[in-house]
Amino acid sequence: MDEQGHPGFASPTLRLTAEQHDLVVAHCFDGLPDEACGLLAGPITPELEPTGEVHRVYPCVNADASARTYTVDSRDLLRAMRDAEANGIDLIGVWHSHTHTDAYPSDTDVRQAMEPGWIYVLVSLKHAEPVLRAYRIREGEVAEADVEVS
Amino acid sequence: MTIEVKLPTLLRVHADGEATVFAEGSTVGEAFDDLTKRFPGLAGSLIGDDGALHKFVNVYKDDDDIRYLEGLDTKLVDGDVISILPAVAGG
Repeated sequence: MDEQGHPGFASPTLRLTAEQHDLVVAHCFDGLPDEACGLLAGPITPELEPTGEVHRVYPCVNADASARTYTVDSRDLLRAMRDAEANGIDLIGVWHSHTHTDAYPSDTDVRQAMEPGWIYVLVSLKHAEPVLRAYRIREGEVAEADVEVS
Repeated sequence: MTIEVKLPTLLRVHADGEATVFAEGSTVGEAFDDLTKRFPGLAGSLIGDDGALHKFVNVYKDDDDIRYLEGLDTKLVDGDVISILPAVAGG
């Protein structure tokens, strides 16, 4: 823990263009009443850390078709992985919506977070204005990442 | 035969950081045995304690999920590409 009480792992700042941000949020609205999900791709360092830049946004099918859970359709995941590789980048994160709760990882999100290097983006549609926030999730610990939209 | 295997980021740390590795085998199970001999860290991530494919990974042979083929007994030919995908899910 650092002095602010955050778990001790640094996260890069997630950098989205306004267009990417709007695409993510629009896909979340399109998915209602279910949760929506998608993948992010960008450069990674030789240490397999994302730089935080996003070069591709892939809206995906929520295979659960559920308002409470999501699973990125594995065919969409395969397609995104191939497209990223073809463009010399890597998958660096996933986003999903919370339709009636805050933009914070649920217990299920924390339990099922498999990729320690990924940035986990939450979009809350609980209020009139959507809220997008980003996190790192490692071994049950959650650390918020800064988000820049430009 | 030699099979190309694509790894997700979380497994690359067990494979010298490589995104693509090569394995020998005539079935997916044999290819995984060969891979885990060279990269022992991959073992627990691919196959569960019950000897079946780990529930947190999806494995594709080219464009097909091996669960809908013959699972670990799915046959391989030269030039096949195996993609290992993490289950990306939450609530």
